[in-house]
Amino acid sequence: MTIRYDKAIASEIIAQHGAKPEMLVQILHGFLERYSFISDEAVRQIADELNLSRADVHGVVSFYHDFRRQPAGKVVVKICQAEACQAMGSRELTAYAEKKLGLKVKDTASDGSVTLEPVYCLGNCACSPAVMINQRVYGRVDAACFDRLLASTEDA
Amino acid sequence: MSRSVRVFVPRETAAVSLGADEVAVALESAAQRNHGMAVELVRNGSRGLSWLEPLVEVETGGTRTAYGPVAPEDVDGLVAAGLFEGGTHALSLGPAEKIPYLATQQRWTFRRVGIDDPLSMDAYRAAGGFEGIGRAFELGPSAVLEHVIESGLRGRGGAGFPAGIKWRTVAAATADRKYIACNADEGDSGTFSDRILMEGDPYTLIEGMLIAGYTVGAHKGYIYLRSEYPLARRILGQAIANAREHGWLGTNVRDSGFDFDIELHLGAGSYVCGEETAMLESLEGKAGLIRYKPPLPALEGLFGKPTVVNNVVTLASVPDIVRLGGAAYAALGSGRSKGTLAFQLAGNVKRGGLVEIPFGATLRSLIEDWGGGTASGRPVRAVQVGGPLGAYLPDSLLDTPLDYEAFAAAGGMIGHGGIVVFDDTVDMAAQARFAMEFCSVESCGKCTPCRIGSVRGVEVIDRILGNQDRAANLELLDELCETMVQGSLCAMGGLTPYPVKSALKHFPGDFEPRSGGKR
Ligand SMILES: Cc1cc2nc3c(=O)[nH]c(=O)nc-3n(C[C@H](O)[C@H](O)[C@H](O)COP(=O)(O)O)c2cc1C
Ligand code: SF4
Repeated sequence: MTIRYDKAIASEIIAQHGAKPEMLVQILHGFLERYSFISDEAVRQIADELNLSRADVHGVVSFYHDFRRQPAGKVVVKICQAEACQAMGSRELTAYAEKKLGLKVKDTASDGSVTLEPVYCLGNCACSPAVMINQRVYGRVDAACFDRLLASTEDA
Repeated sequence: MSRSVRVFVPRETAAVSLGADEVAVALESAAQRNHGMAVELVRNGSRGLSWLEPLVEVETGGTRTAYGPVAPEDVDGLVAAGLFEGGTHALSLGPAEKIPYLATQQRWTFRRVGIDDPLSMDAYRAAGGFEGIGRAFELGPSAVLEHVIESGLRGRGGAGFPAGIKWRTVAAATADRKYIACNADEGDSGTFSDRILMEGDPYTLIEGMLIAGYTVGAHKGYIYLRSEYPLARRILGQAIANAREHGWLGTNVRDSGFDFDIELHLGAGSYVCGEETAMLESLEGKAGLIRYKPPLPALEGLFGKPTVVNNVVTLASVPDIVRLGGAAYAALGSGRSKGTLAFQLAGNVKRGGLVEIPFGATLRSLIEDWGGGTASGRPVRAVQVGGPLGAYLPDSLLDTPLDYEAFAAAGGMIGHGGIVVFDDTVDMAAQARFAMEFCSVESCGKCTPCRIGSVRGVEVIDRILGNQDRAANLELLDELCETMVQGSLCAMGGLTPYPVKSALKHFPGDFEPRSGGKR
């Protein structure tokens, strides 16, 4: 599922945001959407095109939780770890998901099928616990519901 | 002639998270199969009755009959029971406006949310939209400023600073450029009012930013939206594009001679970037390190220019303050907490959702009268108000009135109005530990008390629970908290001790040594 890095496309992403240093966070989102992570090549090219040092870009990338440095799995599962979801059993749900997927939070399956990540609030706190799968939010997710959601991603 | 029925299915994160998109599809195909009548499907925002989502409404003869919560598999039965004529069914809730949860609220900022298609310009204008900015253009900047000051509106992002005073500072500053920066980072767990507003009535936020820009002399606005809100991003992005197309954004807004445009920026999963100076750094493309204050952002903010930083709900409250006058808003509320607040009931609560009421109600009344107690049916044990930096309150403090000063006097913080309920199965030592852990994960790292203190905090709590040198470690935890409160540069490190210390104070039994793992 990993998309091959392409310098011309990368340049386009940077240009879409006006190739200005103040757009760095937005540019990195552009890379994340396309490649699912921020590669060393990306850091190098962004630094070159924005006239920043590689260390500058790296400093920004490493500050933000969103900017993964490794490719994500085909399915990205984020389970909310914040208080409202804790009050409705997100710790137990997370433990269940780890067991079911054979992964720890922040890991990607070796076959690249799935990545499990923590998230601190999806704003769905009245319908906790909340889970996001490939950018779609689900509410009141219990173990049975989690299984169903996973199965549906396998069909897709 | 075929009758046309309007059917409403929210396109809002909570509703969609529980199947609203599938419900909408099922309703459309049922309408095609079973009926000659024309059904107009409207994807509205949410009324904020999250526990009833997906909440379907059918408009017949001027009334909107509500049904909920509707699962996709309920649709056929509902249609058979005469849904399109407003027929009765086990899921019937009667007229939407009469549902007590909603009927007892006093909506100001959220009055339009959930009623129509949030992207329809016609619907917005028909409901008084853009009358605030229209009035502002008539009154002129200084009279608008007086209205905002008179309203007593205080910042809804957390700190409760008077919006009018902040605007006055920016208006008085001389600079070649000024900015409006809307804080839509909504990082506190248990809060979703910004999201419901942006998904359900985005033009109100745009109008509020226009008024702010006009008042202080800024021509550019930024919205800093958390990346965890993909649906809000889509709706807001479309709303900004529509506003531009209709001349409400861009050069010479509606022939007023005033130029203003808005850019939408995404956050990247950092809690501390909700703090205003970290947000400004992030908007400049940098890591979200806290800035020293002074200088105030109002004088040296984005790119070093005078900047109004306001929360989504603060800005969205402004159009009606200008439209109806500052005094109308100030007439609501209690003490120095004027107007209304959109509280959010979250966590282990039976009827979670958004409740906009004037300041002054008690926490207990919100949790019991609106919330209906816990979702689990067990007793309430602890309530966290004001996000992850807010204290945990026990039952004995639930009668505290929700106004900024009264709540602070009880050791609490209203913050963004999020109320997270926990039942009696909660382990308060685990919650205290989490507060420290969260701080260590989210600390921007600029100062030691926060960066190192939070890591130590987790270790010390672990030792207390592991029964190692209990007395000494309890004392150490106390000192650590004191150092963080006194020595942190911002409220991240400075307030993290509040949930920790309140847990220790009100639930000391939870910190007793544990025999082998789980309590
Ligand atoms: C750690 C931290 C996180 C914050 N997060 C937010 C946030 O997500 N949204 C927000 O509006 N304000 C947040 N604030 C408050 C802002 O610093 C600032 O007070 C607010 O945006 C000003 O707008 P207002 O006066 O309209 O509330 C946060 C503050 C701190 C210390
Ligand atoms: S208190 Fe924490 S978040 Fe705030 S400036 Fe210090 S290290 Fe950064």
